Amino acid sequence: MSTLVNTQKEIKNLKSFSTAAERFEGSHLLCPGCAHSIIVREVLNATNDNLVVSASTGCLEVCTAIYPHTSWDCSWIHIGFENSSTAMAGVETMNKALRNKGRISADTPQPKFVTFGGDGSTYDIGFQWISGCFERGHDFMYVCLDNEVYANTGGQRSSSTPIGSSTTTAPAGTHSYGEKRQKKDIVSIMAAHGAPYVAQVAPNKWKDMVKKIQRGFDTPGPVFINAMSACTTEWKFAPNQTIEVSDLAVDSLVFPLYEIIDGRELNITYRPKNVIPVRDYLGAQPRFKHLFKPEYEYLIDEWQKRIDERWAFLQKREEIRM
Amino acid sequence: MNKKIMELKTVEVWDGNMANSQAFRQADVDVVAAYPITPSTATVENYAMFHANGYIDGEVMMTESEHAAMSACVGAGAAGGRVATATSSQGLALMIEVLYQASGMRIPVVLCLVNRALAAPLNVNGDHSDLYLTRDSGWISIDAFNPQEAYDMTLMSFKISEHPAVRLPVISNQDGFMTSHTAQNVTPLPDEVACNFVGEYLQVNALLNFDKPVTHGVQTEQDWHFEHKAKQHAALMGSKKVILETFAQFKELTGREYKLVETYNMENADIAIVCLGTTYETAMVAIEELKAEGINAGVVAPRVFRPFPLEEMAEALQGVKAIACMDRSAPGGTVGTLFNEISGALINTPNRPLVSNLIYGLGGRDMTVAVLKNIYRTLDKEAKEGKLAGKIQRFVGVRGPELSFYDVQGVQK
Repeated sequence: MSTLVNTQKEIKNLKSFSTAAERFEGSHLLCPGCAHSIIVREVLNATNDNLVVSASTGCLEVCTAIYPHTSWDCSWIHIGFENSSTAMAGVETMNKALRNKGRISADTPQPKFVTFGGDGSTYDIGFQWISGCFERGHDFMYVCLDNEVYANTGGQRSSSTPIGSSTTTAPAGTHSYGEKRQKKDIVSIMAAHGAPYVAQVAPNKWKDMVKKIQRGFDTPGPVFINAMSACTTEWKFAPNQTIEVSDLAVDSLVFPLYEIIDGRELNITYRPKNVIPVRDYLGAQPRFKHLFKPEYEYLIDEWQKRIDERWAFLQKREEIRM
Repeated sequence: MNKKIMELKTVEVWDGNMANSQAFRQADVDVVAAYPITPSTATVENYAMFHANGYIDGEVMMTESEHAAMSACVGAGAAGGRVATATSSQGLALMIEVLYQASGMRIPVVLCLVNRALAAPLNVNGDHSDLYLTRDSGWISIDAFNPQEAYDMTLMSFKISEHPAVRLPVISNQDGFMTSHTAQNVTPLPDEVACNFVGEYLQVNALLNFDKPVTHGVQTEQDWHFEHKAKQHAALMGSKKVILETFAQFKELTGREYKLVETYNMENADIAIVCLGTTYETAMVAIEELKAEGINAGVVAPRVFRPFPLEEMAEALQGVKAIACMDRSAPGGTVGTLFNEISGALINTPNRPLVSNLIYGLGGRDMTVAVLKNIYRTLDKEAKEGKLAGKIQRFVGVRGPELSFYDVQGVQK
């Protein structure tokens, strides 16, 4: 892995990383405290190569490309909600065609192709398009900005919304504890495509994240990154708590950090020194506040059990190397 | 170039799909992204075979749906190269969202639309309901009536679409099965001549040009949306000039002449039908046979459906007393599209003929010479009597009781 990373930009420390040349400009309309911008910067700053970026309709897109302004100092395209992956597949295929034909000379460095979509456009409406792109093996990186809700349109449930979360279309009420379904396991689904590299990342664990992004950039073929994106607006925590909430997510193992290579080899990349209870993670976010009523406390216990089992499963998978 | 030249005979026997495929090949398309659907499938199959045999050095991308095919076309076009696809019916319906995005983003794309009925009920045969679904999508839309024209129109579509003053996607239409699966003599251009005619792709705001980063597909709200759409419409209207120039250059090269509005026997005609697709050539036969009955009839068809040639259409129809606008699509609670367009073209002109709206041929129901002769006989009667022979809208060739709508006898002049 280290030999792969060496071909990428050297990142010494957080200061040099955060002051790197920006291709995602500081000027945009994302909420204060939004993790999307942190993730996007961590992805784009991981490479010096030329970039083509595509984005699905969603928070990132509507906050960064409002005519006559743009926050992007790199080639950028948005078409619709569901097809940012396929838009990039088209770009990547055109790059191949123009090189075949000699219209882009062979000594022109290869650019990197990166697509950003929210969980709505990844888990739900754009899933077929992503699946098609991965099956065809396009050489690009798909980054899901996973905030577990349709945040751009005011907080409706998606298939990434975790059980017990209150959303506008599955709200908690006198007769409901909110979302009834468990979050879809997108990482396993994408790994099952046989993708050469799939990883889950969190922007607060930036070293782990950059390592994975650089590995992704160095991997030929389709790469899937599921990036936890804590949402101040819909998870309802204070805008200055983004990193703290993100820490709770990874340290409670609700968002375990791991990677899957070639659909088989699983590596856990972060093991919390002190695993904190799921209860603490849920308690920090008012979207779960109704779960602390006596009649719903059992859901928190069930959740803890599920997380423990999942962690045991991941460790087992890592151990058996298949 | 790493591809083989295909030696073509002076006259080839091609169906409409092969005509499309050969035009794609000769236009040296960089990326074809497509998904199979009857009856346009063979356009892509033939092209894939050319690719497999070394006649193509571009990329063929077989996507998982038509929506993805058009999405890939937009991405690939924005990247900076020539793109094309083909579809029909439900496939077109599925990609319709991206049709609007392609034209709004001003990405040149050529789409060969092999016209087929829209479900339900499911039907694989030719009518114009898919063509009509594209009406307001902002694409240039050109219609071929036979395989030769399909070849000619598809080849010219690239040149029109990519013209710097146009930069709009183009649909090259043909009738499902009646054109797409009917092999006829086609006179192609040699590869090199065709390729030179289409010309090299001119990159504009290419994503793969890293010296000048560009943002494609922005958001505009009430402050800018109207200006964008107005400018887009102006470009579409302005494409008429480029289409005419392209037709003229093509005539010089091939001797084959095309007009915005095609007419047959309209010089002295008293009556006319207006139609699209293969019905045009069937009408030509009917018109000749009716001369023996003393009926002087003509046929008019928009070669270019969008931008709609309103002035040319009004001009072509100035001499007639009765017109039947024939729409091969279920009208969905109003008069047919051609009736609307033609009425609109004539309303401010000196000639105000009787105009009826015939709905015919849905789902591939045959439109024969015999039926067309009867339509002309009715028109002849209407012209002579100075009044419509029935209601404005009539269904022709459908089983069951007579079906007609919109009666304006009470308010007629």
